[in-house]
Amino acid sequence: MSVKTEISTPAKVVKDAKKNKVFKEKSENVIGLLFVSPMLIGVSILMLLPILATFALSFADWSFITNLSQLNWVGFDNFSKLLGDKVFLKSLGNNAIFILTVPICMLISLLLAIAIDRNVYMKSFFKVAFFMPYISSVVAIAVVWQVLFHPSAGPINQTLMSLGIENPPTWIADPNFALISVMLIQIWVSIGFNMIIFLAGLQSIPRDLYEAAEIDGASAWVQFRHITLPMISPTSFFLFITGIISTFKVFDLVAVLTKGGPMHSTSMIVWNLYETAFVNLKIGEASAMAVILFLCVFAITVLQWIGQKKWVNY
Amino acid sequence: MVKSLSVRKSIITVFLLGFSILFLLPFAWMLSTSFKIEADVFKFPVQWIPERWNGFNNYKEVWFGDYPFYIYYWNSIKVTVLTTVISVVVSAMAAYGFSKVRFPLGNFLFMIVLATYMVPAQAILVPQFILYRKIGLFDSHLGLILLGSFSVLGTFMLRQFFMSIHNDYIDAAKIDGAGHWRIFWSIALPIVRPAIATYAILRFIWTWNDYQNPLIFLRTDSLLTIQLAMQKFTTINGEFYSLIMAAAVSAILPLVIVFIIGQKQVIEGIALGGVKG
Repeated sequence: MSVKTEISTPAKVVKDAKKNKVFKEKSENVIGLLFVSPMLIGVSILMLLPILATFALSFADWSFITNLSQLNWVGFDNFSKLLGDKVFLKSLGNNAIFILTVPICMLISLLLAIAIDRNVYMKSFFKVAFFMPYISSVVAIAVVWQVLFHPSAGPINQTLMSLGIENPPTWIADPNFALISVMLIQIWVSIGFNMIIFLAGLQSIPRDLYEAAEIDGASAWVQFRHITLPMISPTSFFLFITGIISTFKVFDLVAVLTKGGPMHSTSMIVWNLYETAFVNLKIGEASAMAVILFLCVFAITVLQWIGQKKWVNY
Repeated sequence: MVKSLSVRKSIITVFLLGFSILFLLPFAWMLSTSFKIEADVFKFPVQWIPERWNGFNNYKEVWFGDYPFYIYYWNSIKVTVLTTVISVVVSAMAAYGFSKVRFPLGNFLFMIVLATYMVPAQAILVPQFILYRKIGLFDSHLGLILLGSFSVLGTFMLRQFFMSIHNDYIDAAKIDGAGHWRIFWSIALPIVRPAIATYAILRFIWTWNDYQNPLIFLRTDSLLTIQLAMQKFTTINGEFYSLIMAAAVSAILPLVIVFIIGQKQVIEGIALGGVKG
């Protein structure tokens, strides 16, 4: 009797364990799905569905106010219309010019980060000071700059005039200067973010590299050129790509500061999209713009995947 | 050597102080103007300390005037706090599911969620708008809160932290008979608390500053959040710059406070994830 049980038990245990494992795997599946389901449902309804709808609507002619039954399929009409749309092309061009803010901002931020990393007192003060614009709301900042840039009475032009400049630019009121003014504010806002990321990058460089270079008698410039620059190339690359992507998404600043004006001189893709969709109610054209916007961002993201391997060098 | 180094350091510090004025002066101008009477706003040279104080009246007008900020403040607080809480819970659950529950579908689903991060929010505004009109979420706080509650970025960020928890912890708890839900609440969440705090602060800032979603998804005046109200206030009060500056100060004050309290988390969080709202 006792011998029998001794023999049969191990076999039974193995069988039970197998059953148990299958059961457990099933329940892991269910539990896993339960954990991720709120996120999945939200993303499916609020993102995946609208993405598909954007692509579909870009081939349609429709406005919000008419019934869905009056929707017409027009093929690539919306896209070909956009190619002949002067305001859209102007916006696209402005977006291209706006990309210039990225390297300028990065250069200033890198210099600041190097200074703050090792060469100044009151580090935390500087971090907070340069970061303030990034933390503040774009609306408040845009409103303040709007007043600072006031053509005749604003503090900036009053200062310029008191310095002897007789006809200072009228900034956001002048079609030739408006885009530059918006770009200046954009740089001013983004420096804090870029600086913080650069600081983190600098701090991750092993100090002994510099010590070794010092022993070899390398000058500060040589150290910068051959240690700092290569070591922060992943950081720079990251900032460059995310910076360009975020220039494609600029909206708040334009919406509050200039509304795309004067004479469309500050109109950019997203502003143009907003006006087309929610002011002019041209859903098809707006969706075509959205598709172009998406393709731009997508292309840059792909570039990032490829480039990460190629251009980031230690 | 030490002395000469500190001379160099001092020079750079002074130089940087000069440069930082560019960043602080607009804020100083905003603050001082908010206390002035309108006639003194554009006096030149700028009166950094107002000669004639009118702060009380300016702020009274902003907070309890025709466009009373206390209503919009309350709206913003409600939307921001609820969005932050829901977003943290949803993201943390998904992050745990995607990292610590080993289920075959998991990786595939995670790739899909992650892929949506590439899509610019503005590219899907129109369908979202149509959807919201159809299902009755348009012009409601609930709709606005839901828009900010499913953060791919938050899920990604927290997942990185959950992955750094050693699986031995989880297995040990399992042997003791704890289920995933229990492990999630009493083991995993407490370990990643700093990451949660960082993400919560960032989400708070982004939601508070959000202008685009309220602009598109809200219509009724009494539902406006602070950023949108700020802009309407500016349009209505056109040339009353002292009032506008008082409104601007009111709009960014909570953030400055959150930033000063959570300065370390904010800066570290941004540096860590290299994230951007």
